[in-house]
Amino acid sequence: MIAEFLLAFLEAAAGTVVDVAPIVVVLVVFQAIVLRRRLPNPRRIGAGALAVLLGLTLFLIGLEEALFPIGNTMVRQLTALATGGGSSAATHWADYALVYAFAAAVGFSTTMAEPSLIAVSLKAQEVSGGSIGATGLRVAVALGVALGVALGCFRIVTGTPLPWYVIAAYVVVIAQTFGARRDIVPLAYDSGGVTTSTVTVPVVAALGLGLAASVPGRSPLIDGFGLIAFASVFPIMSVLGYAKAASWWRRRGTTGEEA
Amino acid sequence: MPMTGPFGRIGRRIGGAAGDLAPIIGVIAFFQVAVLQQPFPDLAGVLAGLVCVILGLALFVEGLESGLFPLGDAIAQAFARRGSLVVLLAFAFCLGFGATVAEPALIAVAGKAGDVAAEAGAIADDAAARTAYAFNLRLVVALSVGVAIVLGVLRIIRGWPVHWLIMGGYALVTVMTAVAPPEIVGVAYDSGGVTTGTITVPLVTALGVGLASSIRGRNPLVDGFGLIAFASLMPIIFVLVYGTVA
Repeated sequence: MIAEFLLAFLEAAAGTVVDVAPIVVVLVVFQAIVLRRRLPNPRRIGAGALAVLLGLTLFLIGLEEALFPIGNTMVRQLTALATGGGSSAATHWADYALVYAFAAAVGFSTTMAEPSLIAVSLKAQEVSGGSIGATGLRVAVALGVALGVALGCFRIVTGTPLPWYVIAAYVVVIAQTFGARRDIVPLAYDSGGVTTSTVTVPVVAALGLGLAASVPGRSPLIDGFGLIAFASVFPIMSVLGYAKAASWWRRRGTTGEEA
Repeated sequence: MPMTGPFGRIGRRIGGAAGDLAPIIGVIAFFQVAVLQQPFPDLAGVLAGLVCVILGLALFVEGLESGLFPLGDAIAQAFARRGSLVVLLAFAFCLGFGATVAEPALIAVAGKAGDVAAEAGAIADDAAARTAYAFNLRLVVALSVGVAIVLGVLRIIRGWPVHWLIMGGYALVTVMTAVAPPEIVGVAYDSGGVTTGTITVPLVTALGVGLASSIRGRNPLVDGFGLIAFASLMPIIFVLVYGTVA
């Protein structure tokens, strides 16, 4: 058991190191040859970088050993449940209500645990002097991912073309952008990209492929793609919407007090 | 009683990480027990895995604040002080390209894209052609992220509003979608999401915010964010172009 764990740990650690090696090379080359400035507090930064690597490795092992296998089994069982054990062909989109609910729940919960989103929301809270709360931002993003993944599953079930959805989403984002405060816009756009990372991508990709494989008439190769695109457009909308709602709420609060 | 010292901080981090994981645990428990009505398979293994995930996340966040954020800040300030635009843009390109080319999620998606292209008859249906297609696709995506970070850094320096550039990108995506072969579209849209890895995001965010803070007249909130947005839009455009040309 312990030997097995150590082996898995070393394997994952080697994977993480290979993954970050190009970034480290770029940083070291520019630091040593071009900038030639000593880093402030190099020991603390070094220890921090080591903690990041170690933490990410442990995190990935835990995910692969514990959460991904369960997630994959559950996706299979739920889609089988919806298709009636795979025998009688359920073709109406409403038969998959359970799958949409599961997709939304998975989208929300994996996003709340996404390390890169934690990083960006901490930075946003720091830079905004606390007026943008880290937790509020993460909940807004997670709700967007939940809606996006559920709608993406609906698209796989109905087999409607992906570009319609994505381009319609772009139109909504553009409309919201003109109504939004300038300082929230870049952060909202960024939150689209950060959500799809270590935790969300494998789970959501498995969900899409599993669903496309079990719905009659869908091919995993062609219809299985696209969930990640949904998961990265919808948070832009939900963050812009959240900012709008928050400022409206505050304005209402102040006028209410004056009245 | 406020917790102080390194052990108090670590304790708080572990508590925070457990809170971050609570929704996942709740969702799995609910669907497993209430909907599927099945007992947990291998409960001990799952619990051990959860402990790893929580400890790992706590360590990651600790390292983020003491290592990765200060590193991104320091590098941004050093570049701002040196004042050479060419060197800064070269660094931005290398960082974007280097961070993406080895990204495991991208390798997986590129491999699947090779299968899709072979199936659709866009390339010869043999292993060599698929591998070459997947490898070229990875290069294209890495190149696009390099270009995206360069463009994003240029925007921070010049103070261009982010939404005009993003809207231009959306327009390009829409036009290219109409032109590109349909089988590449799903892959292209997904490729935008997979490029931004867990180490890259904090580093690039700290770099952007650090640059915006050290350049006069730039606001870290308005100008500092947005690099990740470019890095997830540019690959869609590049992959659609690649799918059309190749």
